[in-house]
Amino acid sequence: MFALSDQPITEHPLLRDYTHDEAGALAVFEGRVRVKNQGRSVTQLEYEGAEALAQNEFVRIEKEALDRFDIVEVRCVHRVGLLKIGDVAVWIGVLAGHRGPAFDACRYIIDELKKRLPIWKKEYYTDGDSGWINAP
Amino acid sequence: MNTVEITYYAMLKEQRGRASETVQTDAGDFNALYEELRATHGFRYPRERLKVARNDEFVSWDTPVRDGDRVAFIPPVAGGR
Repeated sequence: MFALSDQPITEHPLLRDYTHDEAGALAVFEGRVRVKNQGRSVTQLEYEGAEALAQNEFVRIEKEALDRFDIVEVRCVHRVGLLKIGDVAVWIGVLAGHRGPAFDACRYIIDELKKRLPIWKKEYYTDGDSGWINAP
Repeated sequence: MNTVEITYYAMLKEQRGRASETVQTDAGDFNALYEELRATHGFRYPRERLKVARNDEFVSWDTPVRDGDRVAFIPPVAGGR
């Protein structure tokens, strides 16, 4: 399950009631806003996403993870909008019978998500400048 | 002549100055459609830096343009390590 949200991730409904009788492990990855990027001081970040396309592409990544790893369920929430230092930008939780596949799938999902989901990040710096990350 | 709805995101939205537009085009595929729009609006991205999506699914650049397509050109994503 996947959601884009313009509200704090820590309060998102997908993070609640996340259990399964078969699952002895929950591996969670959180990506957070960092103050320094490539030597520049960041004041805030803005994320923009293409929601329906992101949703469809996440379903593919989720299916790949379920095929490759012995896991039970995947949930992911990605922020859009303005974020401050320390805010959670992305949350991934993988339920599995055991911890090995839970960690492996979590790593796979965040790596694929970063490469494939149509989500863009604009950084605002202390010197007043701003820019989209990966813009040429 | 096909009528398509283009959505722009992030850097392309800023370069175009708007989030979407309806375009009439004779372009045969998405490659030709992007080159047509790039010539008109002066987009800085070469096609090789972008992906293209039709009706909320990624497709290849040589996919034929159909009337009523919803098209998005996808700039390089946030990434990170």
